[in-house]
Amino acid sequence: MSAALRTALARPWIWSFIGAGVVWLAAVAFTGGYGAGGMLTAALSLAVFTVIVGIGQMFVITLGPGNVDLSLPANIGLASAVAMKTMAGDDSLVALGLAAALACGLAVGVANYVLIWALRIPPIIATLSASFIIQSVDISYGRGLQIKPPPGFADFTNVQLLGVPLLAILTALLAWVAHVALHRTIWGRSVMAIGQNIRAARLAGIKVEPVRFATYAFCGALGGLDGALLAGYFRGANVDIGNEYLLASIAVVVIGGTSVSGGNANVPGVWGGALFLVLLLTMLNTFGVSAGVRLLLTGLIIVAVITAAGGEKRTR
Amino acid sequence: MSASARMESPPATTDLRRALRTALPAVSLALVVAAIAWLNPRAISYFGFTLMLNLAIPIALATMAQMFVIAGNDLDLSIGTFVGFVCCVSATWLRDEPWLGAIALLGCVALYAALGALIYLRNLPSIVVTLGMSFVWQGLAILLLPKPGGKAPAWLQAIMGVKPPFVPFPIVAAALVAAVGYVVLMRSSYGAILRGSGGNAVAIERAGWSLLKAKAALFALAGTFGVLSGMALVGITTSADANIGNGYTLLSIAGVILGGGEFVGGKASPVGAVIGALTMAMAASPLLTFMRIPPDWQVAANGAILIIVLAARVLISRNGERR
Repeated sequence: MSAALRTALARPWIWSFIGAGVVWLAAVAFTGGYGAGGMLTAALSLAVFTVIVGIGQMFVITLGPGNVDLSLPANIGLASAVAMKTMAGDDSLVALGLAAALACGLAVGVANYVLIWALRIPPIIATLSASFIIQSVDISYGRGLQIKPPPGFADFTNVQLLGVPLLAILTALLAWVAHVALHRTIWGRSVMAIGQNIRAARLAGIKVEPVRFATYAFCGALGGLDGALLAGYFRGANVDIGNEYLLASIAVVVIGGTSVSGGNANVPGVWGGALFLVLLLTMLNTFGVSAGVRLLLTGLIIVAVITAAGGEKRTR
Repeated sequence: MSASARMESPPATTDLRRALRTALPAVSLALVVAAIAWLNPRAISYFGFTLMLNLAIPIALATMAQMFVIAGNDLDLSIGTFVGFVCCVSATWLRDEPWLGAIALLGCVALYAALGALIYLRNLPSIVVTLGMSFVWQGLAILLLPKPGGKAPAWLQAIMGVKPPFVPFPIVAAALVAAVGYVVLMRSSYGAILRGSGGNAVAIERAGWSLLKAKAALFALAGTFGVLSGMALVGITTSADANIGNGYTLLSIAGVILGGGEFVGGKASPVGAVIGALTMAMAASPLLTFMRIPPDWQVAANGAILIIVLAARVLISRNGERR
């Protein structure tokens, strides 16, 4: 029993779920048990959007120090506009719109990689420059865009089965696929190997550049998908729709126990981290704190969590 | 230094490349100024520069702050919201209760130093810590000033409104900022230690220097310049808003990189950072307005300039460092 408990506690992602449980209990205790289930349902439906980009960000971060995708918010914003324009409020065009958003995200990911590869600059600055340009494209393309999502698509993003959002189930499926891809495919294991030691990975015959290319493209595509789903859920595209997902995508990866210096990742932690963040906001909202206090506490808790989790042991 | 130079004696082309690379930030700035002069000759005047470079002072100060962090191989994603918070403090406490305001701003610098120490002691990723801090600063700013408002102290407005003879104030201020940064980081003996802590931490530690103190000092310097940036900004805008500095995070990173800084290895250039900030500030709006580019595309221009300069850098140092 205690041995089982100890192995469970040794999993890096367990703490994110414990944290999520604690803030949920605190919120429930405050309301006297009222709305406990509703809170979970709401948390699941909001966490989905963070999980999708979180998985992409996790693969990128796992590539090693300096790898991070700062273009996700701009990517999400552009994809949401592309999806809404392609769907044009017509239920029969939903699949096409989703494909367009995916393609748009994929193109952003490919562009990011091309910048990194061609200019040999750190991914942070490459994705940052790209995000400036994508943002402008979005502002120009999505100006005054007021297309509502097709009713069928909007319902699809909101539908629940026994209190569990359908999107959450599908995202859990996606997370499982990502988990298998990370641990059981050549690509996933190459990503981790590159993150652990890019030189050793190269000498071991891993084709580093194609793996990096696939990873940035994958992350971009997930950003595009997220944009389309967000536009469906929030009933319309918006330039700023992805803004909060820059911090969120990085935070859930770190809170979930993935190493920020790369080479060590896990998918369940992304779910745990996302639920923790969303439930934290729910808790602060039920406490009725002001926007300023909410931001302040969110920031302090993120700093506290990362401090408690600690960084890597110094190896040099 | 001289021994290694004698042993390797690089060919002349490498020297030329290095010189070109060093000159790149200045060349970029000159190109932007030349483009503005070509599009609108009247802008090249005392009054024109004062207007065009008005917001360049806070941007240059924020870029300098970011440069100190980057010199230590870290990244500060909170500098923008920090500048916003300082604006709010300056427009409220510093005006109404100067002592309280001054203590709060000094406290901010101390907090920055403490963050640097924390990042070193726990070996934390600075990106995540500063992302978290960006929420903290923004939250504090909203608590202090829920609605845009406040008023900058008269003396701050007076300083930012100075009209020196012949040379526009923003240029004088930028030169001063660059000079201070240069002396602190490149000319002082402890500045060499600070750069070393980013370049080769092990060597600095073995030489008996405290890496903890170096990291705290770099962050304290960043905090100091961040405070100055916020004060300069509110001196120009005269009133504050909790979101006023949000764009500065990315601008400051772009400015450092444009100015020849590198993310790793403690390579940073204070003079370059200020030039990079000026380039960003001029290219971002005056140039585009003169080119009649719609405001939609002004953000893209920032990105495009970054990419062009980085591409030029790669072309110059083709077989330079291999990543």
